[in-house]
Amino acid sequence: MNFAETDDQKALRAQARGFLDARWPIERTAALADGEGFARDAWPEIAQLGWTGISIREEDGGSGLGFEEEAVLAEELGRALFPGPWLSSVVLALPALGCAPDLAKEVLTGAAIATLAWAGPSGDYAVDHLPTGIGRGKDTSHLYGSTWFVADLALAELVVVVGEGPGGLGLWAVRTDDEHLSRNELPTVDTTRRLGSLFLEGASGRLLAEGDEALALAGRIRDRALAALAAEAVGVAARALEMAVAHAQTREQFGKPVGAFQAVSQQLADAYIETEAARSLVNWAAAEIAHGGPDASRAAAAAKANAAEAAVRTCERALQTHGGIGFTWDHPLHRFYKRAEWIQAFMGWPARLRERVAADLLDEPGR
Amino acid sequence: MDARDTPDEAEFRARLRAWFVANLPEGWRETGFVVPEGPESVAFLKDWSRKLHEEGFVGVTWPKEYGGLEAPLTHHLIFLEEMGRAEAPEHVDTIGLGMAGPTILAWGTDEQKARHLRPILSGEEVWCQGFSEPNAGSDLAAISTRAELRDGIYEITGQKVWSSFAHFADFCILLARTDPAAPRHAGLTYFIVPMRSEGVEVRPLRQITGEAEFNEIFLDRVGVPAENVIGTPGEGWNVAITTLMHERANLAVMLTVRLEVALARLLDLAKRTRRGDRRAADDPLFRDRITQLWIDVQALRFTNYRALSAILSTGVPGPEGSIVKIVYSEANQRLTKLALEIEGPYAMLSGGEHAIRDGAWQRLQLRSRGNTIEGGTSEILRGIIAERILQLPRSR
Repeated sequence: MNFAETDDQKALRAQARGFLDARWPIERTAALADGEGFARDAWPEIAQLGWTGISIREEDGGSGLGFEEEAVLAEELGRALFPGPWLSSVVLALPALGCAPDLAKEVLTGAAIATLAWAGPSGDYAVDHLPTGIGRGKDTSHLYGSTWFVADLALAELVVVVGEGPGGLGLWAVRTDDEHLSRNELPTVDTTRRLGSLFLEGASGRLLAEGDEALALAGRIRDRALAALAAEAVGVAARALEMAVAHAQTREQFGKPVGAFQAVSQQLADAYIETEAARSLVNWAAAEIAHGGPDASRAAAAAKANAAEAAVRTCERALQTHGGIGFTWDHPLHRFYKRAEWIQAFMGWPARLRERVAADLLDEPGR
Repeated sequence: MDARDTPDEAEFRARLRAWFVANLPEGWRETGFVVPEGPESVAFLKDWSRKLHEEGFVGVTWPKEYGGLEAPLTHHLIFLEEMGRAEAPEHVDTIGLGMAGPTILAWGTDEQKARHLRPILSGEEVWCQGFSEPNAGSDLAAISTRAELRDGIYEITGQKVWSSFAHFADFCILLARTDPAAPRHAGLTYFIVPMRSEGVEVRPLRQITGEAEFNEIFLDRVGVPAENVIGTPGEGWNVAITTLMHERANLAVMLTVRLEVALARLLDLAKRTRRGDRRAADDPLFRDRITQLWIDVQALRFTNYRALSAILSTGVPGPEGSIVKIVYSEANQRLTKLALEIEGPYAMLSGGEHAIRDGAWQRLQLRSRGNTIEGGTSEILRGIIAERILQLPRSR
């Protein structure tokens, strides 16, 4: 047992923190968030860092690290509130695109931005009653249906679609320039990570996996996504706490820093406690996924449920600590809060995820 | 980040698991943490502790010359985990192993180490702690028990409180004021007090559960030789800090293991309890809260792994370990309350043929209220996090 961060992980964290502090200060993100959103031409720089293929083998063109490192990067990107489509391209889409090396390469090199279309209007990431599927009859490579809440859809050139095909569950890749595909922007509260809905009316789908293989792949994608979202939430929480502590150390009322009042400081201690507990769960989930452990699914669900709630509550405590200034649009805190709430709502609210774990803990096998 | 056992760790774990299966006496399963009340139960636990020591399961990190194995800290963790899994009783000397022993190792003389460490491991001699006083709880430096040196003998007079195990302990680690003129923290000295000394009186303290787990210790001119001082006279505060750090670090894993055992019983209760035509475990409100507790326990487990790994790689515990006691104590309070809610009206029964598990959950729930008070109140611990880790300004 050695559950400490490895030297590789520490080095990656330092590299990411240095780059993001220098290149992605919150002012830059805020300007994009209040404007047109992430600029497509800022993406190649991210690919050059090797972050688009962080856990892909070197012989396949990636950085040769594992999922634990992917989670470290997710945390740092969350901490910086990075507005680019890293989660969509790398965490959500790339694992499935591994079935089509030429498409994977487009993502790795930064030539294409990709995302994942799975849920319908209910927002469920289930493996049955899917909103999209393959056309019936002889038309076996054309996709029909609509999916909702697709992250960074407006930026994407490639979409991995999870749907129903003749062989059961299937995963396909479609290109967003397909004339039988259309997309709508869904206005989001967190404008650093936008959503869209995708309409498929016979778009050409390239089959990536089907049947049992697709089921296993979809499960892996979901576990990785939940763990990465949890890591990102820890980053958001850690940053919000840092901001709150800095404010409490310097803002004076009644002749002393407000952090000297226990009603303030004990709330921040609670934020620290919740953030670190969530970090422990993230490390567990990332390690289970990286090593193919038996607890990967429930660890990922537990981590996301807990970390999302920890991030939301920590942002709320940070807001309270900041007083009036934190309630203004000009102060960056609200952007972290909105990201925390985005993470909480995406791919399953905490109680939904806990119910998945509950089935594991409380139901007899076969029920 | 790798939580998996190395081959060496896996072998130790397998050996423990097999040993517990073969050696756990009938009727002692489901005990876990026991405060022995009668002489029979003391005798049993001492014998059990001796066996644990003979097998090389306790004090595994201690130096070989004092009966340890100089094994890595992970072996200690594995021992505690397997003990919890087997629901075996714990070693009788919680204070000796977790507090007095480490303090003697850090500050004691060679004579003190040679005299005291081995009998702690073997369970022959049991320790208690004399820190808190009626007027010195969270503010430990306010203690007023006095020790005066006369002809090489300290004469100690005062009152200590909340001392577990004092009713059968052989020794007490005791903090007393030797220099009333010095600043509060500077006039303290740390003693080893033999509990059979003349002038020591132990009175059980009946607590909220009706049981007497703790004691008051009254000291009336108790003579203690100067060689029983740990560290130098006047340095007692720093020695006591060592004890408290070990208390929290050692307790972290132990408490998590106890919580895992309690959680397994809660799951069992929810599955067995029927409400109308369905199990309590089918009620969505219970399901959510049980699962949240399960998640809290996993968070504690992996926080311990992080803290332990930090010690292994840097020699000092990381800051994350400081959250464990708070999270544990509040989780245990939620867990035991939830058990009562699942029991429904049976939660009112204290025992008898209709009570579930003879009213054990009721006692555990009441006992859990002490968890956020003992060993540093949650408020004190949050203050430590705020000031030492977050670097917020001092509140006093």
